[in-house]
Amino acid sequence: MADFVLPKNSRITGGKTWPKPAGATETREFRVYRWNPDDGKNPSVDTYHVDINDCGPMVLDGLIWIKNHIDPTLTFRRSCREGVCGSCAMNIDGQNTLACTKSMHDVGAGGAVKVNPLPHQPVVKDLVPDLTNFYAQYASIEPWLKTTTPTPQKEWKQSHEDREKLDGLYECILCACCSTSCPSYWWNSDRFLGPAALLQATRWVTDSRDEATGERLDNLEDPFRLYRCHTIMNCAKACPKGLNPSQAIAELKLKMVERQI
Amino acid sequence: MTARIDRPLSPHLQTYRWTLTMALSIVHRGTGLALYFGTLLLAWWLIATASGPGAYGNVQAFTSSWFGKLVLFGYTWALLHHLVSGLRHFVWDLGYGFKANEREALTWGALIAGIALTILVWIIAYAIGGAR
Repeated sequence: MADFVLPKNSRITGGKTWPKPAGATETREFRVYRWNPDDGKNPSVDTYHVDINDCGPMVLDGLIWIKNHIDPTLTFRRSCREGVCGSCAMNIDGQNTLACTKSMHDVGAGGAVKVNPLPHQPVVKDLVPDLTNFYAQYASIEPWLKTTTPTPQKEWKQSHEDREKLDGLYECILCACCSTSCPSYWWNSDRFLGPAALLQATRWVTDSRDEATGERLDNLEDPFRLYRCHTIMNCAKACPKGLNPSQAIAELKLKMVERQI
Repeated sequence: MTARIDRPLSPHLQTYRWTLTMALSIVHRGTGLALYFGTLLLAWWLIATASGPGAYGNVQAFTSSWFGKLVLFGYTWALLHHLVSGLRHFVWDLGYGFKANEREALTWGALIAGIALTILVWIIAYAIGGAR
């Protein structure tokens, strides 16, 4: 059942304001969610000031600047810094996106850049959420080619037209921005697969080479796994790769109907 | 693995910036819920009609009070909004209207059409019913 308020141990209390960097002429305020598993305290929001003349333009640049110059204990995931790996997905200025592709100058309208972990997830530390459930749900849709006909001598062939049907589906980087933006996923993530896993389910159902379409749809024919999607569309708005999980889910629902008539 | 850590849940409704489609999704559900109570009103009215002038007078006393009118106006809006918003969901269920501009237009359309139809119904009702 939906629980609209945070549990007692998750409520944000207080937070430290770190001194402005000495000698900086232009700074940008960052308000960053902090939680340390070792001190037994509730989460807090720390305030930092980033010297924007000494720092790249992206929110991730700002976070790295903070880590290097002010507070080395600040913890977040990052890797490719160009929107390919999906590691630095977080909630920036109230919307899920990748810190590496979001300019700090495009958010907060000159005020503070507010950075939180991906919503409604257990926190490992600071901006690092525990995505174990998210990955398990991805595994549950069995994201690999399943066939019954004998493997051909060379490759499994696909026409250009059939290949094009996978556009808008295969580009997902599993950053979890969409799933953790979805209120339905917040309330039912134990049973609802969420937009990311369902987009990938669509990707395999759509693949002309896959021969397990019926079995895949059977696995989704469930009041929760698929049908908890209520077309809220936060997923499509959040996706940093411009994909549209809500449309992919609608296609799945249509396929469910089509196979019965 | 070490001992289980009591991990906090990251903020969700508390931090997420409201989107239009998110707000109208909850409005759709809210109006749907309101229709249950509206239907009770309707049942009350029908039962009173069958019961006789005394019971019907009670309904009329309620519907002609400012509070009764407000409730009826709200019920009209809930019904009409839920109807047009439902048509919007019908379009989506058929697989159309998912592009960013389309989903925003459909959602604004449902919101505006619901309000406009409600006002229209009340104008017509007053025009036909006169000062009753």
